[in-house]
Amino acid sequence: MEFAGVFSYLVFFLTMAGIYAVLALGLNVQWGYTGQINIGVAGFFAVGAYTAAIMTTAPSEDHLGGFGLPFVVGLVAAMIASGIVALAVGLITLKLRSDYLAIATIGIAEILRLFLKNEQWLTNGVRGIPSIPNPLEGLTGIGLGLGYLAIVIVLVVLTYWAVERLYRSPWARVLRAIRANEDAVTAAGKSVLRFRVEAFVTGSMFMGLAGALYAHNSGFISPEAFTPMFGTFLPWVMLIAGGSGNNRGAILGAVVIWGVWTMTPTLIDLLNNIGIVPAFLAERASFLRIFLIGLLLEIILVTRPQGILPERPPRPIDLPADSG
Amino acid sequence: MIDIVQLLIYGIVLGSIIALGAIGVSLIFGILRFAHFAHGDLMTLGAYFALVGVAGMNLPMFFAFLLAIAATAAVSIGIDRVLYRRLRRSHPIILLISSVGVALMLRSLVQMIWGPDNKIYQAGVQMPWIVGGLRFKPDWVMIVGGAAALMILLHLFLQRTRLGKAMRAMSDNADLARVSGIDTEKVVIWTWLIAGVLAAAAGIFLGMDTRLHPIMGWKLLLPVFAAAIFGGIGKPYGAIVGALIIGIAQEMSTLVISPAYKPAVAFALMVLMLIWRPTGLFRGKVL
Repeated sequence: MEFAGVFSYLVFFLTMAGIYAVLALGLNVQWGYTGQINIGVAGFFAVGAYTAAIMTTAPSEDHLGGFGLPFVVGLVAAMIASGIVALAVGLITLKLRSDYLAIATIGIAEILRLFLKNEQWLTNGVRGIPSIPNPLEGLTGIGLGLGYLAIVIVLVVLTYWAVERLYRSPWARVLRAIRANEDAVTAAGKSVLRFRVEAFVTGSMFMGLAGALYAHNSGFISPEAFTPMFGTFLPWVMLIAGGSGNNRGAILGAVVIWGVWTMTPTLIDLLNNIGIVPAFLAERASFLRIFLIGLLLEIILVTRPQGILPERPPRPIDLPADSG
Repeated sequence: MIDIVQLLIYGIVLGSIIALGAIGVSLIFGILRFAHFAHGDLMTLGAYFALVGVAGMNLPMFFAFLLAIAATAAVSIGIDRVLYRRLRRSHPIILLISSVGVALMLRSLVQMIWGPDNKIYQAGVQMPWIVGGLRFKPDWVMIVGGAAALMILLHLFLQRTRLGKAMRAMSDNADLARVSGIDTEKVVIWTWLIAGVLAAAAGIFLGMDTRLHPIMGWKLLLPVFAAAIFGGIGKPYGAIVGALIIGIAQEMSTLVISPAYKPAVAFALMVLMLIWRPTGLFRGKVL
C-alpha cells in the first residue's frame, strides 16, 4: 500500500477512535462514576446521530426536516435530545438497583431501534438518511479527513475536560459514594435518585454528541448502523479495558480496542495464510473477531478488572494543621 | 371474536416458550443474584444443537431434543465452571457484564459454525388443523405440551427432592442455607443444569414455531426478563404466569398497534410492574 493510502486510513482510524472515546467517556460518567449499567448505549448514540442528521440536512420529502441548520446547532440538539430520552428512562428506572436498569436499557435501545426503523415520516425507515453534510464542505480529499479529525479531537478534549472537572467536583464525590454505599448517602440527606438521574442524563448527552459526530463523519445513517455490537458492546469493552472510572483510561481503551478490532481481520488473514486458522473460519472472520473481543473482555474481567489505568479518586483536601 | 381467540392461542404458544427461558433466568437471579444476559443466546445454541441431531444425524426430533438439552446443559455448567465461578466473589454487576460478553461469544460461535442465515428443522409446510374456524399447527401441541411437561417435572423436583428443597432454601436465604450445611456449589451446578435444559427447550420450540437464526434468542431476551420480573424474581411459578401474560399481551397488542412494536409491549408491562409492585405478582425479591 502506498503512503497516501496508509495515511488516509490512519486518519479514518483515529476519527472513529475519537468518536468512540466520546462514547466511552459518556459511559464512564454512568458506569465508572456511579455504577450504573447501561446496555442501551447504542440507543442514545442513535438518537444523537438522527437528531444531528435531521437538523443539518437540506429539506427532504423522505424524513422530518431537514432543517439545514449549522453543524454546531446539530451537535447541541443531539445532546439535548439524548438527554431528554435519558431523563424519561432514568425517572422510571433509576429508583431500582442496577440490574433493572440494565434490563430496562436494552428495552429502550430495542424500542428506539424499532422506532427509527418503522417511523418513515421521521427517519425514512430502513432506507436511512443520506447526504448528511460535513461541516468542512470546502475541503477535499485528505484535507477533509484531517480537518474533521481535528474537530473530533477538539471535542474529545472538551469532553475530557468537562467530565474530568465533574469528576473532581463534590457532585461526583456523591456519585462515588452512591456507588460504594447507597444507604449511607441517603442517611447523609442526599437525594440518591436526583444524583443518579443527573449522572445518567449527563452520560447520555455525551453519547448523543458521539452520535452526531458519527453521522457527520459517515454522511449516511440507517438503523443498521446502531447495532448492540458496535453501539453498546465495543464502548463497554473499551471502558473496562481502559479502566472504569478513569477518563484517560476511557480514551486509551477506545484507541486500543478500536485498534484491536480493526486489526483482527488482517491478523486472521495472516494466520490463515500460515495455516493456523482453518479456511472456513477465515471466511467467517467477522464473527471470529466478535468472539475474540468477547474473550478479551472475559480475560480482563478475570485477571485485571480495574483495567489498564485503574481509577484514582482525588485525595481528600488536606486540612490545615492547626484546624485539628 | 374468532380473531381474538386465535391471538390468544398464539399468545399461549409464545408464552410457553418465554416461560421456559424465564424460569431459568428467575432461578439464576434467585440463587446467583445476577441478571443472566447470555440466556437468550443459550437458547439459540440449544436450537442449533437440535439441528445437528435432526439434519446432521437424521435423528427423530425427540432424540435430537434430548441430545440438544443435554449438550446445552453441559455448556451451561461449563461456562459457570470456567468463568462465572471465578467472578463469584466480585460484585454481581461484574457477573452481569461478563454474561453480556458470553452472550456475544455464544452468538458468534453459532454464526461461525452454522453461518448467519436462516435454517429450518424440516422442509415443507405443515398443514394446519382447522377447528371451528381456528387454525392450529401440529407443532403447537408439541410446544405447549412439552413446555407443560417440563414445568411439571421442575415442580416435582423443587417440591419433592432434597436438592430441590435446598435450591429453594438457597434462593430464600443463601447465608442461612450455607450455615445449615447445604452444599451451595452443588446447588449452583444444578441451577445451571436446569437453566440450560429449559433454555435449550425454549430455543428448540422457538425454532419449531418459526425458524432458526443466530439472533433468535437475543431477541427473546427482553420478554424473558420481563416475564421473570413480572412474576417475581426467584419465583419459578411466577415466571410461568408472567410469561403467559406477556406472551398473550404481545399477541393481543397487534389488534391496536403495529406488530413491529410487539417487544415494546413486554417492556411496557415490565416497567408498569416495576412501578406498581417491584416484587412482582408472586412477591419475589427486589434487587
